[in-house]
Amino acid sequence: MAPIGTLHYLVTAAALFILGVIGVLTRRNVVIILMSIELILNAVNLNLVAFSRLWGLHGQVFAIFVITDAAAEAAVGLGILIAFFRNKETVNVDEVDLLKW
Amino acid sequence: MQPIVQPGMQPVATTFFFYFLSGLTLLSGVFVVTRKNPVHSALALILGLLAQAGLYLMLYAPFVAGVQIILYAGGIMVLFLFVIMLVNIERSQKEEQFNKQWLVGFLAAVALGALFVLVYVKGKTLFPYRIAQPIENSNTQQIGVMLYGQYMFAFEIASLLLLVAIIGAVVMAKKRI
Repeated sequence: MAPIGTLHYLVTAAALFILGVIGVLTRRNVVIILMSIELILNAVNLNLVAFSRLWGLHGQVFAIFVITDAAAEAAVGLGILIAFFRNKETVNVDEVDLLKW
Repeated sequence: MQPIVQPGMQPVATTFFFYFLSGLTLLSGVFVVTRKNPVHSALALILGLLAQAGLYLMLYAPFVAGVQIILYAGGIMVLFLFVIMLVNIERSQKEEQFNKQWLVGFLAAVALGALFVLVYVKGKTLFPYRIAQPIENSNTQQIGVMLYGQYMFAFEIASLLLLVAIIGAVVMAKKRI
């Protein structure tokens, strides 16, 4: 078998990214959509860390910043979800249509 | 073609562990997307995050692996589970789980995947098999020096972002300010 190179990690990250995109585009439950966004961010992190093995530690520092962003995004997103659930008693994105004319 | 490693730190069964951990990551990703109960999705996501921390260890990134376990699997996922318990999932489980345009979304994702395959097949030579001297025993120290030196400004902006996120979450979730 071929030795595990950077390309192996990149292919894994791409597959994870596509799983996240499928989750965001097809699910109705907001909680699972937010979790799919976490999957996408994790795929990006895996790419960054895989490249940091080639080009030095900058990728790992950037991965830490991406994790910070993920924490902020999860906090705000779940806050919005709680506010939305209080108003409409549902967690389906299809019913988020208050701004629709 | 062999990776440069320090003497006495020869990696063991790299191939097996890579396929095991990446398979676990992808499988748990599939579970996250397909499960009906959000709690099951969250637990699958925790498993996937832990497997990915193993992948980071294989990439000589112990600090990122620790941050992944402590912050992601320990912090963010607890937040998710807390919110799942807070909102009522009984009703949404009986409803249709996928939206009306799921086929279009799936096809768009597959097209994106085809693009990735094209890029990786065409640009295979862009990702050489070479290792930039893994410094595993001082990895955390090096990252700290970079965070507080070269990336000082970005670090401060990140702290400001977290402050804004805290205030935003409180404003959103509180019934009456």
